[in-house]
Amino acid sequence: MKANPRDVNTGTYYMDGDVAAGHGALAAGCRFIGGYPITPSTEAAETFARIAPKAGAVFIQMEDELGSIASVMGASWSGVKTMTITSGPGYSLMMEIIGLGAMIEAPFVILNIQRGGPSTGVPTKTGQADMMQSRWGSHGDYEIIAISPDSPQELFDYTIKAFNLSEKYRCPVMIMSDECVGHMSEKVVIPPAEEIEIEPRRFYNGPKEKYLPFKPDQDLVPKMVKAGDGYNLYITGLVHDERGYPITNQKEKGKRQQFPTRRLVDKIRLNADKIIELNEEGMDDAEVVVVSYGISYRVAIRGIEKAREKGIKVGNLRLITVWPFPDKKITELASKVKAFVVPEINYGQIVFEVERCSHGQANVVLIPHGGAGVHNPDDIAEAIEYAVKEKKKIRKVIEWKTRLEKFVFEGGYKLNK
Amino acid sequence: MEPLRKTEKDIHPMDDLLRMDRIPHIWCPGCGIGTAVTAFAAGLAKAEIDLTKTCIVSGIGCTGRVAGYVKLDSFHTTHGRAIAFATGIQVANPDLKVIVFSGDGDLISIGGNHFIHAARRNINMLVICVNNFIYAMTGGQVAPTTPLATYATTSPFGCVEPPFNIPYLADSSGAVYVARWTALHVRRLTNSIAEALKKPGFSVIEVISPCAMYYSRINRLGDGLDMMKFYHDNTEIRHGEDTKNLDIGFQTKIIVGKFVDRERPTYMDSYNKWLSGTKKD
Ligand SMILES: Cc1ncc(C[n+]2csc(CCOP(=O)(O)OP(=O)(O)O)c2C)c(N)n1
Ligand code: SF4
Ligand SMILES: [Mg+2]
Repeated sequence: MKANPRDVNTGTYYMDGDVAAGHGALAAGCRFIGGYPITPSTEAAETFARIAPKAGAVFIQMEDELGSIASVMGASWSGVKTMTITSGPGYSLMMEIIGLGAMIEAPFVILNIQRGGPSTGVPTKTGQADMMQSRWGSHGDYEIIAISPDSPQELFDYTIKAFNLSEKYRCPVMIMSDECVGHMSEKVVIPPAEEIEIEPRRFYNGPKEKYLPFKPDQDLVPKMVKAGDGYNLYITGLVHDERGYPITNQKEKGKRQQFPTRRLVDKIRLNADKIIELNEEGMDDAEVVVVSYGISYRVAIRGIEKAREKGIKVGNLRLITVWPFPDKKITELASKVKAFVVPEINYGQIVFEVERCSHGQANVVLIPHGGAGVHNPDDIAEAIEYAVKEKKKIRKVIEWKTRLEKFVFEGGYKLNK
Repeated sequence: MEPLRKTEKDIHPMDDLLRMDRIPHIWCPGCGIGTAVTAFAAGLAKAEIDLTKTCIVSGIGCTGRVAGYVKLDSFHTTHGRAIAFATGIQVANPDLKVIVFSGDGDLISIGGNHFIHAARRNINMLVICVNNFIYAMTGGQVAPTTPLATYATTSPFGCVEPPFNIPYLADSSGAVYVARWTALHVRRLTNSIAEALKKPGFSVIEVISPCAMYYSRINRLGDGLDMMKFYHDNTEIRHGEDTKNLDIGFQTKIIVGKFVDRERPTYMDSYNKWLSGTKKD
């Protein structure tokens, strides 16, 4: 399906990433955003609030992020495409109810323009430290999809993609951007509507009396109807059967409790190959591979160039999709390369996924960053140089001492014996 | 044992409005929630509104289970978030009338912020709050509605905090319709529900209800029937009473009635008015 021309402000612009995401949401067909202001994401909400009415969409500023995310799930079951917009502290509040979103299979998108944390942290500067929270933040077992754009153009393009994925797989989709990309102004091309591919909602159109709200299709994703269509839906966060009814029968509980959550997990895991989007370059003869995402990828490009100038064979793997994690890809590379180098703006999150998937076959080097800034490409180049020379297999993640850390912490803290 | 075959006579007039395939329900004997549901179903029938365009949302708690027994589009959400969830349903599709049916702890404590803001915005929804003065589902803990000096499992020496007066809270936050009844006042409650269902905007009906399992037992007030007798002897109907005067103490008189019934533009009225302004330029 193509985008509706009414939703698409076609043209070539100079705009920041937040604004581009607001335009992307509308172009994707978003009809409802419930949000609560938080730096550095506010411009996305402001943009949507400004452009929404002409397309018949609504922005409502809720009383807090608990309300924002709950309203988005309600709107989703009302039959519209929907999103919320936030950053660190608000994202934490939303975790409470994300499990409900997964459980009731409401399609919706969360835009997280990450900032430095923990707590209020550095509200106006960048960070990439909410990556694990995205995956594990709400209680219980569930799966989500997370993607990480690296430019304002991508905040437009991948916001649309996030909506498409959430409609296709009926799960929460997180756009894990960050302050740097959100506040960076660059050229953004908004194409004509007929060039924008839109995933429609998977509406059920069989006989009414046969409808089972949680009976999956071949790809494990069920078809949806909306409130007000006369189906007498029963949608609950309790473990439920295909009718949506809670499983209360004690005899069946043990057996069938397994079933609904298993499907929630498997509909993402078994479709991972279709969901995951990666960008790789220079892999053929690579001895070291840099694995990065979002803004750190853009910085890594320069670090890789510098290492290549010294003749080092280094590959560049960008995780556009961070969750589900590309396990297979990393394991396959691990058997071929000496080491992975992972720059990320935190003290180690995705690097442990890389370590998990390399199964001890390759060294794994973390280039940490405490946030409020991006890496120095020289650190990345030097870490690559080290990684290519290191012959020993080191059985833990190696932390690269960056210039910044050496300068600020004089090489790191030590405990007094 | 063979299930008894249903005859014409056995079909309950509310079969159409309740999910009979989910009966037996979870509520204890002597609980007031069932009565509130009966009044609700009767109110729905009486209001003669389009049931396909009517949704019910609950939070979590004994009362939170109501949505699951009512044969409408029903949503059983998370603790405290029912009103926010319902706000999304309503604003995304203004043709829908949404009822939020939940407990005092759910709506007034963890969901208190959503309650006052939905009232302020005047979202088109009816909130039915079953107030049993306690957190029943979790086993009788103190609630923000527990009267002073009342026992609860987490106020073993008597509640030291003053409770919220729900009608006053709703009134001062902007609700357009506010009433309070007890589980004894089934007919009046039914009429109130039918009236509020037709009223555009944010309506609140508080239903004082016995929790025979915890509230009465912990406070040695007898069973559900004794509580009903207490309501019978100790309630006074005062329509239009200033909501400031509706505090409830431990086993004190309970004032019931319809206190607020006024007109105010709903959220969607205001939104559309503003929208028609922007469309011009
Ligand atoms: C976030 C969260 N906190 C706590 C709980 C546990 N909990 C379940 S029901 C409930 C209280 C319900 O009280 P009320 O809303 O008055 O409903 P009642 O059971 O009295 O009808 C609590 C605290 C929960 N489910 N979720
Ligand atoms: S615990 Fe109390 S409120 Fe809950 S069902 Fe039993 S009597 Fe009713
Ligand atoms: Mg209660």
